[in-house]
Amino acid sequence: MATTYNEKILRINLTDRSVKTEDLPLEKAKKYIGGRGLGTKILYDEGIAKVDPLSTENKLVYATGAMTGANVPTGGRYMVVTKSPLTGMIACSNSGGVWGARLKYAGWDAIIVEGKADKPVRIHIEDDKVEILSAEDLWGKSSEEVTDTLVQIYPKASVLNIGPAGETGSLLACIINDKDRAAGRSGVGAVMGSKNLKAISVVATRTIIPPFDADGLRDATRAAQAKIKENGVTGSGLPAYGTAVLVNIVNNIGAYPTHNWQSSYDADADQTSGETLKEKYLVRQGFCHRCPIGCGRVVDLNGRIIGGPEYEVVWAYGSNCGIHDMNAIDEANHLCNELGLDAISTPCTIAAAMELYQKGYISEEECEGVPLVWGSNEAIIEWTKRMGRGETALGRLMAQGSFRLCSHYGHPEFSMSVKKQEMPAYDARGIQGIGITYATSNRGGCHVRGYMISPEVLGLPEPLDRLSTEGKATWTMVFQDLTAIIDSMGMCLFTSFAMGAPDYAAILNAGTGTDYDVAKLLLVGERIYNLERLFNKEAGMKPEEDCLPKRLTEEPITDGPSKGEVSKIAITLPQYYEVRGWKDAFPTEETLKRLDLV
Amino acid sequence: MIEVRLFATFRDGREKILYLNAKDYLHAADVLKYLGIANEAVAILLINGRHSKPEMDVHDGDVVALFPPVGGG
Repeated sequence: MATTYNEKILRINLTDRSVKTEDLPLEKAKKYIGGRGLGTKILYDEGIAKVDPLSTENKLVYATGAMTGANVPTGGRYMVVTKSPLTGMIACSNSGGVWGARLKYAGWDAIIVEGKADKPVRIHIEDDKVEILSAEDLWGKSSEEVTDTLVQIYPKASVLNIGPAGETGSLLACIINDKDRAAGRSGVGAVMGSKNLKAISVVATRTIIPPFDADGLRDATRAAQAKIKENGVTGSGLPAYGTAVLVNIVNNIGAYPTHNWQSSYDADADQTSGETLKEKYLVRQGFCHRCPIGCGRVVDLNGRIIGGPEYEVVWAYGSNCGIHDMNAIDEANHLCNELGLDAISTPCTIAAAMELYQKGYISEEECEGVPLVWGSNEAIIEWTKRMGRGETALGRLMAQGSFRLCSHYGHPEFSMSVKKQEMPAYDARGIQGIGITYATSNRGGCHVRGYMISPEVLGLPEPLDRLSTEGKATWTMVFQDLTAIIDSMGMCLFTSFAMGAPDYAAILNAGTGTDYDVAKLLLVGERIYNLERLFNKEAGMKPEEDCLPKRLTEEPITDGPSKGEVSKIAITLPQYYEVRGWKDAFPTEETLKRLDLV
Repeated sequence: MIEVRLFATFRDGREKILYLNAKDYLHAADVLKYLGIANEAVAILLINGRHSKPEMDVHDGDVVALFPPVGGG
């Protein structure tokens, strides 16, 4: 019987240039689903938790999801799983576009890259034909240049690449695909660069993936499409305004950090909102593979038509740096795509540098002609370039992220990060549940791994009081476990505004032949989440790293509608460990047995 | 005055910010009625930054922010 798995993994060793086809046993695929779950399992079993992330021993798994390439809404995503050089823990970076679907159509569930090439190389995959070729002519080039060059050679190719940031070892380097989609976080681009791997292009003959139960999948997909269309967020809000529609919402509750989280309300935030973007700069929507939502923004930047910024990036380059100029933000975002930089961590590091400069710790001389002043368009653009290209001493230091930057100046407390990864655009002092997500996310400061904003701010699936701690620990756990499922299925998290666990179960079962009910499905998600935590434990994570910066626990918000609030993580964290069945940040023996992880 | 801030599609055909005389409006629902917005059309109703419902009171000096169903990430 068909399933949406290819049951084949490609293992490429760049040291000896070997290319091997390995079987993916169906039982293993079903137990970990795919994508995030499968990638984590592979790396955990191969002992990657203990390696030096930028050494030849680290491995990269480019893992498609169970439903990637299948005829389901948003079925096109893939994960890059590796050990992060930024956090020293699991890196699991999610991307859309079309590359993941092409890899699946080419006949592969995942690619494992190991070793290191002696010179810059690229990989070209055409169905089952795999070549390792020289990339010396591409080294140093931007995402657009690399993609255009490779598409000239292979007109039907989807291209994945690193930019100069990954080549120069920036811990904030990301992996770009299809020019402006990103496996953005945790420095995965630096790992790829450390292997001298510049790009992976994929051409596939197939355009469909036959499921286990075609009729069942058709029904489940129709039902999901209807829900997505009907839902206000996925059916009208995101299509019309993109993710930056959140700017005015989060700002009006007073949880929109400004000036490196020194305040949390910006009276001028509307100038860089989703509404303003639509009114003045939007050209058209951007869509990923099989996506009916189209949250992507294609914008006009002074006559250039380019991929536009997401909410997190608008915030990070915008109010968090004191900026209100949408063109400057668009330019900086575009640079991140071109240079291959994490468009959240990069501006958050610039904001940290601006605070260090404001307080006199970074000198005028170190700024080498571009002072790190709040609100300077030139600063956000020039420092992004310097970080992406490894230019100037301070630029190279900033390219290591805000934690290492601020520690260098003796003030690590100015790094608004968790486990050394920068937090995104929601002030956890004004939203208690997202604080739990930040503190406990296995990959560090991150919002998507347990998007508590949905109930606490948007009222979906039901409204929770953002300032209350009640029930937040349980909600966070459920969101985290369900997210692990969606990430492993290769579907987009945004479908969860409209779809629930039963909908995902129906799609997965029809696609792969599993028979998960909601409880069993959430157990799989829980297993994946705990496996990541085991990886981190073996990587040397300390319990106290489940924490929030002191600014969030000791410095109340200074202004705006959430003035006076602090994070109550001291209350919610023990509650979270209780519901997880963890002790001192790690799963107990009992929990591991229950999850079949012993 | 009550400051009313409108967002997303609520801006279509309306100003972004309005100022209303507090004595004419007892509850948030009265503001919605004046604007011709159905209660059910409002996904997020903030009074001074706090999530509220149409039946709640509004007072002089309040900031009321209205959002239709939208969202992001």
